[in-house]
Amino acid sequence: MQNFDLWSLSLVVFLPTVFAILIAVTPKAQEGAVRFLALIGSGAAMVISLIVLARFQFDHSRSMQFIVDKTWIKTIGARFHMSLDGISLPLLVMTTVIVFLCVVYSQRIIPPPGKPKGFFALILLLSTGMSGTFVALDLVLFFIFWELVLVPMYFLIAIWGSERKEYSAIKFFLYTLTGSVFMLLGFLALYFRSVDPVTGGHTFDMARLAGQHFGGLPFQNLVFLGLFLGFAIKVPMWPFHTWLPDAHGNAPTVGSVLLASIMLKMGTYAFIRIALPILPQAAKIWAPYIGGLATIAILWGALCSLAQKDIKRLIAFSSVGHMGFVMLGISTLTATGINAAVFGMVAHGVITGMLFFLAGSIYDRYHTRQIDEIGPGMMQALPYMGGILAFSAIASLGLPGLAGFWGEVLALLSAFKPAAGLSTSLFRTYMVLGAVGTILTAGYFLWLLQRLNLGRVPERWEGKNFADVRPVEYLAWAPLMISIVALGVYPGAVTNLTDGAVSALTKLFT
Amino acid sequence: MPTTLDLHAVLPEIILSGTLLAVLVVDLFLRDERKLWNSVIAMAGVLGSFWATLTLIGDHRATFNGMFVVDSFALLFKLMFLAVAALVILISANYLDEGVRSTQGEFYFLLLSSFLGMLLMASSRDFLMLFVALELVSAPGFLVAGFKKRDARSNEAAVKFFLFGVLSTAVMLFGMSLIYGVTKSTNLVAVGQALAHPAARSEPLIVASILFIVAGFGFKVSAVPFHFWAPDTYEGSPVPVAAFLSVASKAAGFAGLLQLMFVAFPHQSNVWAPGFAIMAVATMTLGNIVALAQTNIVRLLAYSSIAQAGYMLLPFAVVGGAGPAVMRQAFAASLTYILIYSFMNLGAFAVVIVVNRKRSSNLIADYDGLMSREPGLTTAMLFFLLSLAGIPPLAGFWAKFFVFSAAINGNAAWLAAVMVLNSVIGLYYYLSIGARMVLRPAEDQSRIGVPFALAAAIILLVIIVVAVGVFPDFFNHFSPRSTLVAL
Repeated sequence: MQNFDLWSLSLVVFLPTVFAILIAVTPKAQEGAVRFLALIGSGAAMVISLIVLARFQFDHSRSMQFIVDKTWIKTIGARFHMSLDGISLPLLVMTTVIVFLCVVYSQRIIPPPGKPKGFFALILLLSTGMSGTFVALDLVLFFIFWELVLVPMYFLIAIWGSERKEYSAIKFFLYTLTGSVFMLLGFLALYFRSVDPVTGGHTFDMARLAGQHFGGLPFQNLVFLGLFLGFAIKVPMWPFHTWLPDAHGNAPTVGSVLLASIMLKMGTYAFIRIALPILPQAAKIWAPYIGGLATIAILWGALCSLAQKDIKRLIAFSSVGHMGFVMLGISTLTATGINAAVFGMVAHGVITGMLFFLAGSIYDRYHTRQIDEIGPGMMQALPYMGGILAFSAIASLGLPGLAGFWGEVLALLSAFKPAAGLSTSLFRTYMVLGAVGTILTAGYFLWLLQRLNLGRVPERWEGKNFADVRPVEYLAWAPLMISIVALGVYPGAVTNLTDGAVSALTKLFT
Repeated sequence: MPTTLDLHAVLPEIILSGTLLAVLVVDLFLRDERKLWNSVIAMAGVLGSFWATLTLIGDHRATFNGMFVVDSFALLFKLMFLAVAALVILISANYLDEGVRSTQGEFYFLLLSSFLGMLLMASSRDFLMLFVALELVSAPGFLVAGFKKRDARSNEAAVKFFLFGVLSTAVMLFGMSLIYGVTKSTNLVAVGQALAHPAARSEPLIVASILFIVAGFGFKVSAVPFHFWAPDTYEGSPVPVAAFLSVASKAAGFAGLLQLMFVAFPHQSNVWAPGFAIMAVATMTLGNIVALAQTNIVRLLAYSSIAQAGYMLLPFAVVGGAGPAVMRQAFAASLTYILIYSFMNLGAFAVVIVVNRKRSSNLIADYDGLMSREPGLTTAMLFFLLSLAGIPPLAGFWAKFFVFSAAINGNAAWLAAVMVLNSVIGLYYYLSIGARMVLRPAEDQSRIGVPFALAAAIILLVIIVVAVGVFPDFFNHFSPRSTLVAL
């Protein structure tokens, strides 16, 4: 099993790419083979990641495990260094599972213009980029995985999307690229001010970069700005969120699921993994501003959600708000806050993934995404679908006992007592405003349910026999719904995992 | 000083000269339908010369009184020029055989002459030699640009290229003569030493002559404001010639510029670096912004190549008064960018040549729906375009990466920021071609058909772009070993 530990992460990350290449060389007519290859590729990655989960040493969740560290680019000292700890692990597992579920869902349902070959190949490529981001420990390697998701997602939106698909796709690409290249400049600046304790040269290694001084606070602040631009656009934080409603709203169903569930987390993860440990002093200076932006995002997301007429855009804006809670948790720089953030990331991943799946399936039946056109009366027309929607929406608004609750409540709680040196009164203000946000969130979700589910079926839908939830949909959704309940009942499943690594990190801020 | 001729050192040049004469002679005896053999001979000569260059690896030789030097810098450029020559022959063969069948021999003669000039350029360590080499690169270029003899645009291309070319050469020569007047030497190293004197560092006469010389090279590499010829010339020339000009001629210009700035004028870097900063920013910004508005693919690639030249010039801008470490790094960054750019840009042009076989208008609209007609070719084009845009893990990313590194290490964060914004603009137009190929419906659903030679070149280039992207050490470990910058 020694070998497994060495190879497992590489397999999880690169097997999907291998299968993407296999799919690319499969003849176009062999659609069955294409679907099957996609299932095997994503399934294998998921199984290996689950074995990793099983073999993970939970007592040592703060230390890096499953290390692979090989020479890669000698001239700049970049290494092929991947590994995971308690913070990466839940995100990695969530990634592989959700990719697999997306592939399952797409076995039967691919939006026009069809072309399963390209569709699956791109999803598998995305999988490599996303899971690689969560395990890379070298900044260069991290950056490559980070950028690797752009091209496949661009084409997923531009080819299989709806309405203004080309516009949304290019907006997504340009926005993210702008941020990420500034982030790269930040990485390079860190590199040139660093000293590798082993070789004496410079280093891109995240672990070795942590704890270096980089010559003064002004420099750290400037670098933090670069990193912040990259991460904040990805999250997205207010005011960089404007690409999100377009991209999420117009992406195909599984594209929205992958964007919301996984790709947004790349940004928040990067804050925790890179910005905080490497630039702790700058982080402390930036934290109040980040908290402020996060609070604005919570309120802004909720208010915009209230105003949406399109169900997918509504869910998209709700993501802005939810990611606001995650960022608020991070900005407190406390163990509670960061644990809440990671929990919130996972919870948002499963819940919003579920909501986007539902939005897609509802669109498949009604061929409209306008809430007023679909509803009212979906509970009568599609009782199971309506029920699942109610369940997911209530989970998303943060009902205790379901997954959405803990991330929000713990984030607010952590703002009550932020890390030493941060203004308590300011963060308490954020807490109160965030709490107002939760009320608004509950408001728009309940209103959504009222408009969609309740009431009588209008005349235009009478006599149409919509197929209720299909087997393939049950198959893809059941794991998500189970985890919504499971995480709600036993949040320790995630927080016990993250706590070790998180408290090691927050020692920097006490 | 005894004058001995080191024949081994000039063997690559000798083989290439022999080949170009052979092509000229053999051509006389070939009937029209057999003219394709010219390309085979040319290819054999290029490969022979490549082999001869390989035998020199690791050597450090000087001959012709030190005017001609073989070192790792020279060898790296020679290998690259010969590889580009082989690829240019591969992508031109069908085009010429179908287009200007009877005069193919002349074309290969001119092409090889130009490449001979490039090989010399890489080895020149002397103003005179540099000048002769540069002329040998340019003069055949003027002729091949006008190779579509009955096409008015092609004529215009040649005339424009010629007029701009000779004017800038004259200006450059004037600058060189002034430097000779001050330093009494034409040897680059000797000039560098003579100009190291503190009094020479900002002497107006020297500054003026550097300005003249840079202007001359600025024309070669199509840097703003010396770029006006490039779009018209590329558009009017036969497409393989445009490919050749955009890659080889630009690389030759940079080979010369790197030597001049880092060997002869390093002590004036305080003076010229800010000038390069302005030039680099203007070049990349103008190239990118004008590229946005293009409807012709060759013109678009012309403006994109101007923008790319801006990125290559950027490392020159960060060395003002900097230490040797920054200088070496800037040198390596520019060098790496040129190498990588050559291959990815050649790839994009190779695809243009293929599409041009079906419809010669070269409009970007011709690429609509290419994915459904030629999926393999389209995928290759996507690789080249994304590489030009600098998306990892393709080769073009590393080119940008090293330039960014040089800028950050040289404390020129603002230049890096300008380049970031430019990369984003660049991505937009590269990607919009990609989007058209994939998303738009094709008017004409017929397949295009990729001839063997072109297919081979394209596959080779895709492999290079991907392999270098995944293992960038492959290219980059050449450049720091360059003994040229012995600062």
